[in-house]
Amino acid sequence: MTINEKYALADLVIEHALKSGAQQVSVSIDESRSNDIEIRDKKIDKLTESTRNGLSIDLYVDKKYSSASTNRLKKEELFKFVDEAIAATRFLAEDEFRKLPEPELYYKGGGKDPGIIDNSIDSVDARTKIDMANLVQDEAYGKDERIISVSSYYSDNISNRVLVTSNGFRGDNSDSSVSLTAAVSMKSETGRPSDYWYENSIFMNKLLKTGIGTKALERAIRKLDPKKIKSGKYPMVLENRTAMNLFGPLYGALQGYSLYQKESFLAGKLDKPIASKLLTITDDPSLPLSPGTRLFDYEGLAAVKRPVIEGGVLRNFYIDTYYGRKLGMKATSGSSSNVLFALGTRDMAAMVSSMKKGILITGFNGGNCNGSTGDFSYGIEGFLVEGGKIIHPVNEMNITGNMTEVFFNLAEMGNDFREGSSFRIPSMLFENIDFSGI
Amino acid sequence: MNFKRREFVKLGGIGLAGAILIPPFLKSCTGGVNLSKGSEGYLNHFEVTPQLLQKVISAAMEKGADYADLFFEHTISNNSTLEDGKVNQAYSNIGFGVGIRVLKGDQTGYAFSESITPEDMLKAARTAANIANSSGKALSADITEFVSPNYYPVGTSWENTSIKDKIPFLQKVNDSIFAADKRVTKVNATIGDSTSYIMFYSSEGKLAYDFRPMVYMYVTSIMEQNGRIENFGVSRSARLGSEFLTEQLVDSLSKEVVAKNALLFEAGKPKAGEMEVVMSPGESGILLHEAIGHAFEADFNRKKTSIFSDKMNKKVAENFITIVDDGTLHSDRGSLNVDDEGNATERTVLVDKGILTSYLHDRISANYYKVKPTGNGRRQNFRYVPIPRMRCTRMENGPHKNEEIIASVKNGIYVDSFSNGQVNIGAGDFTFFVKSGYLIENGKLTKPIKDINIIGNGPRALADISMAGDDTKLSDSTWTCGKDGQSVPVTMGLPTVKIRKLTVGGTNA
Repeated sequence: MTINEKYALADLVIEHALKSGAQQVSVSIDESRSNDIEIRDKKIDKLTESTRNGLSIDLYVDKKYSSASTNRLKKEELFKFVDEAIAATRFLAEDEFRKLPEPELYYKGGGKDPGIIDNSIDSVDARTKIDMANLVQDEAYGKDERIISVSSYYSDNISNRVLVTSNGFRGDNSDSSVSLTAAVSMKSETGRPSDYWYENSIFMNKLLKTGIGTKALERAIRKLDPKKIKSGKYPMVLENRTAMNLFGPLYGALQGYSLYQKESFLAGKLDKPIASKLLTITDDPSLPLSPGTRLFDYEGLAAVKRPVIEGGVLRNFYIDTYYGRKLGMKATSGSSSNVLFALGTRDMAAMVSSMKKGILITGFNGGNCNGSTGDFSYGIEGFLVEGGKIIHPVNEMNITGNMTEVFFNLAEMGNDFREGSSFRIPSMLFENIDFSGI
Repeated sequence: MNFKRREFVKLGGIGLAGAILIPPFLKSCTGGVNLSKGSEGYLNHFEVTPQLLQKVISAAMEKGADYADLFFEHTISNNSTLEDGKVNQAYSNIGFGVGIRVLKGDQTGYAFSESITPEDMLKAARTAANIANSSGKALSADITEFVSPNYYPVGTSWENTSIKDKIPFLQKVNDSIFAADKRVTKVNATIGDSTSYIMFYSSEGKLAYDFRPMVYMYVTSIMEQNGRIENFGVSRSARLGSEFLTEQLVDSLSKEVVAKNALLFEAGKPKAGEMEVVMSPGESGILLHEAIGHAFEADFNRKKTSIFSDKMNKKVAENFITIVDDGTLHSDRGSLNVDDEGNATERTVLVDKGILTSYLHDRISANYYKVKPTGNGRRQNFRYVPIPRMRCTRMENGPHKNEEIIASVKNGIYVDSFSNGQVNIGAGDFTFFVKSGYLIENGKLTKPIKDINIIGNGPRALADISMAGDDTKLSDSTWTCGKDGQSVPVTMGLPTVKIRKLTVGGTNA
């Protein structure tokens, strides 16, 4: 389906739903195409090609609300689908807060196209993509006798979405991504550690295509024969790649849904300090050519740059239309765009080099956080650091604490965020973390 | 494509008018099949003929593949949710399509189509065919129908259950939780149901089909006491129709959630470090799932990336330990009548009296190891390739008593509720997150604990199970297992067991 065909189908479905008894309707039509190639030990292991389509509809019927989605997009079937959904919606309880967003909050046009799609990905033939994955493979395969297995992956995706609402929003957006990954497994007497490395980009010609296999191999080798150390309070450096594990719960607690459900340890903390002064986070939808760049969000709300945390003080939650109304708060957006962290001056290696005794965390293993209280406990792997040097890999340890305290222990922000992600998180140093080991 | 109305009517044996007056949420855009008529019903449901199946398979094999299969799926799912004391939101989804897999040795080509017109299916088949590149061979197998036992008979299917019939159960669970404890300030509850029609056809001529019901009910309560907030969630799940929804279900969910939520106000964190861990019967089966289950999945062993790769027929646990992965339990969330590669499911013995006896196989790994498939080839849906996955992974009874096991611990913890776990296959490190438990001091359960992660090493933890109770129990919570980006429903079970040493998250003085 072309974009125009999607708009036409969305219009038809909205018209039908309004005629059949809905007072308000929102329809989105999504399409996503992807290619995945896996090479294992110099042989193609898996080739997958996929195209998915889906329509989802939000129905507001006599103050009642439901949502439904389907990948059956024939007009007649859709009409029947909508009729059944409307009939079922009438059995639900009324909810005065369920309405489409106020039209004045919608994006009204005139913005600069985010330009975060590379259509040339479609014209690259399968052979070229396989060769890219082969190159990644060759960097690691056979390069160390302890290697058990090397897998390399090529993956691309092109998606687009059309959103139309019955109270005046019309918009579409498109994006793409392409990535190369290597995973290397090693064998030693104590286990078969593995590690990976990846590069990704919106654009095929900006994708870094070399060094991936090499890095994955280096990372796997240095994980051989880990040991756990004594339980205690240690400083930790969190590698940029894994830092999201700690910020996931923070982002969960910033959601309107969590606030309303009393599952947010940040409830009541607006304009209060929640972290070290070093923590400043900005949500910036206008950043050029970044995966989170957008003109409007999934509800059609115009994208606005907002401070989230300024010098450790909480400035904004992520509030969608529905929970905004229930909480009596102004809707911002229920989802993040590009999340920018105020940077420090040094990278991870420099932070490690000035650590007396502590742990560099390079991976997480399970664990969870209680959203209501902020209590967390995670399995970790990484390295023991002494006198600024990496001594040996560690594993089978946990870190445990509370989210309302741990961000005050942030002692240094790195300057080394990774390109290619909408969360631009650098490596960070935290003091006084509870580790459990021997 | 349009499904035939008459088939829909036949399915539930109710009148068309009735179905429209009280629609389920949603019924589907389509119809059903006559379950008793076997494969003919499924062919009709997907509007394909045996000839068309063979034509698509031929296209999939035209570049010289060894094998190809087609996986048709039509799934209708519904969620009805209570928030603020009323059922005011519902979500439904329909997923429909066919996945086409082509194998050349252990190499896989995969494509799927969300439309099952002959043209679209042939196009997807030719895409998947690209994994092979030699001259094509014609293939015409006779069709053999695989008739499986039915491990999950359905009373009233979800397609014939209106949202109107679900609402009272959500309302009741809400009311009884609020009535049970004055500290309750919020209750959320959801009933999620789904119905899947599955049809499978392979280049070997095997035609298999399955009707898969699934339901879960999930409730969370939030309590406040002196400015502190604690939450807890509990759930039940089964492969059943609407007969799943009963007064007893509501009663058991509300009692459990209230008791466990209230206990959290007394709970703290243990001291950090290594200690003896006693796992309660039931959902502590998460230990088996994470510590060894994934590492037994044969794809990891075939690739030699599992820490158990060289342990077959070796002693891995004490003699009193027998562990199985079972797809045949009545109405169990992890059960399958037939796996997603058309193979019979079974009760697979993984560890027999302490000896590792079998991995969990899909077609590719069974061929590699030259063993019979174990019926563990599963996929999230038609958009994914099948891979070895667990079903219900559980330990059989051991020789010890629960009280005896607890009494044997001087300083340790007892754990009984979990939210999630993970494993690092090669290193063998696994974790599970404890939502509730107790300290054990001098052989007695004392202070409640909560929200801590436990980490261990799979082979060591298995060898370190020093006691196992005679009280094995299945967990009927809503467990969903993720691997390679695919989620599938599973269950687990365990008697009381004691592990000599695991690393427990906690505080340091």
